[in-house]
Amino acid sequence: MARRSWILWAMAALGYAFLYVPLIIVIVYSFNDSRLNAEWVGFTWHWYEVLLKDEQMLTAAWNSLIIGVSASAVATVLGTMAGYAMYRFKLRLLPVLVLMPIAIPEILMGVSLLIFFVMLNVTLGMLSITLAHIAFCIGFVAIVVRSRLTGMDESLTEAARDLGATHWQAFRLITLPLIMPGIIAGALMAFTLSIDDFVITFFTAGVDATTLPLQIYSMIKIAVTPEVNAVSTLLMLVTLILIVIASRLSPGALRGE
Amino acid sequence: MALLEIRNVTRRFGDFVAVDGVSLSIGAGEFFTLLGPSGCGKTTLLRMIAGFDAPDGGAILLDGQDMTGVPPEARDIHTVFQSYALFPHMTVADNIAFPLRMAKCPPGEIPARVEEALDDVSLPGMGKRFPNELSGGQRQRVAVARALINRPKLLLLDEPLAALDAKLRERMQLELITLQKEIGITFVYVTHDQEEALALSHRIAVMNKGKVEQLDEPAKIYGFPKNRFVADFIGECNLFDCTVAAHDAGGLDLAIEGLGKVRSAGAENVVQGAKGTLALRPEKVAIGRELNAADCVNRFHGKVFDYLYTGDVTLYIVEVEGGQRVEVMLPNNAVGRSSKFFEPGDAVQIGWRDDAGHYLHD
Repeated sequence: MARRSWILWAMAALGYAFLYVPLIIVIVYSFNDSRLNAEWVGFTWHWYEVLLKDEQMLTAAWNSLIIGVSASAVATVLGTMAGYAMYRFKLRLLPVLVLMPIAIPEILMGVSLLIFFVMLNVTLGMLSITLAHIAFCIGFVAIVVRSRLTGMDESLTEAARDLGATHWQAFRLITLPLIMPGIIAGALMAFTLSIDDFVITFFTAGVDATTLPLQIYSMIKIAVTPEVNAVSTLLMLVTLILIVIASRLSPGALRGE
Repeated sequence: MALLEIRNVTRRFGDFVAVDGVSLSIGAGEFFTLLGPSGCGKTTLLRMIAGFDAPDGGAILLDGQDMTGVPPEARDIHTVFQSYALFPHMTVADNIAFPLRMAKCPPGEIPARVEEALDDVSLPGMGKRFPNELSGGQRQRVAVARALINRPKLLLLDEPLAALDAKLRERMQLELITLQKEIGITFVYVTHDQEEALALSHRIAVMNKGKVEQLDEPAKIYGFPKNRFVADFIGECNLFDCTVAAHDAGGLDLAIEGLGKVRSAGAENVVQGAKGTLALRPEKVAIGRELNAADCVNRFHGKVFDYLYTGDVTLYIVEVEGGQRVEVMLPNNAVGRSSKFFEPGDAVQIGWRDDAGHYLHD
């Protein structure tokens, strides 16, 4: 008995180690006082200072932020509408259409969006990236919002109508406040998806616009410098914080309920 | 003129006819109950009155005005939902103030009116709480206060007491009766609980399969059910298949299998040989070792088969010599320690007056 539980623990530890040791190494070496990710020399903030003086890196981070904020804002509005429509009208086709971008391979979506933008003569850059990000974020927001709506007592909106509220008032005063945690969680998820997306961004970026993930990629083509470790650590931190907040706000949604 | 007029209303869901040509007329100030088993169409009818659903045929008139196409918010009708539907993100006071805000009541008047409404349902000072901080009975009162605050013409109640325990339910029934009397607003109450319906209502419409089986005062519904369904649904009732053997000015002679000849009070339009049902309430049947002939025209010897002791009364099942089983209810009114009279297997005589039973046409 004790022996079997010891084996189970060991297997679990191995599994987690496989997932987290690489991440921990990235974080640890971002503080390493050496140009190489080979051996530990000593603690330093140096690479973070380098990061803050790197013009290209700062531009990429700023671009990512702008794209992330605007894409998640638009995707949140559209995704909320889609989630509400899926809940209200219970159509068969609508969920498929909304959720498709989540299911299809990213590379396929990247290529198809590239072809689409070229066909429409949209200059590749910030705008095309933002549009692409909106497209794949809507589905995620819609899922979270719908799950929140499903957990809501349907008689609440009926009660509001019954007591004199118009359709719109019932939505604004009852439904919206009750699903707000879901909407915020959806927005945070959309932001994290946008800020660390690589594949779709890579296809829709063109030549001028660079986002943080693209910048990291172009840097490691030369060598994995501790500066890359530093920026990765920061990106991880931001994503982690947002996901924790999102899961607190809408516990069920992130577990696929 | 009636306050609420339901004219030949029909509602179908696919092939299923939920409400089938129902016509009702409900007067101002009335406590009216729609009673029936689940799936009988009572809730569908209520939802159509509230405006959440529209009839496929017929019309609903409130105060003489056709409600067709009028959305729920424009009807002077409020509903108390089975789940109470209190807004969880608002305080009790904000919940109660909601209809006032929607009706554009001057904001200065709202707090005083909310406080008054809370007093009316005996919840003074509870305005700052949230619905999840209240007990079931308190939530029910808040829901009633909210639905009544801007004095609608009609209040709909959809099984509002179903979620409460028996003791509390009884108290809330009394409170509802008092409240309705005080404010004089017409109540339309939906329930599947026949005792609740009998206790609360001025009039009851018993519904089954989308149709109104009987519409009457509680005492008439109980005492003179119109058909087998109503007799069976309301309270305990012996239902015997019977044939009319003879009829005269004084009453009917009924032939009942396993029982024999039974004398019963007359009914209209009876012909000899007609088949029907004799409905006989268990509490109208007498039971004893030997019965006095003057009291009971119909007397049968039998044995106690089984009994059900429920505290205030005992329900005996007596098997008569012919084989028929008859339910007999006896109040446990003996003072002292002997509260039970008969054991299974005891030889007894049961009997009832000719006007105790009630003949129903098939």
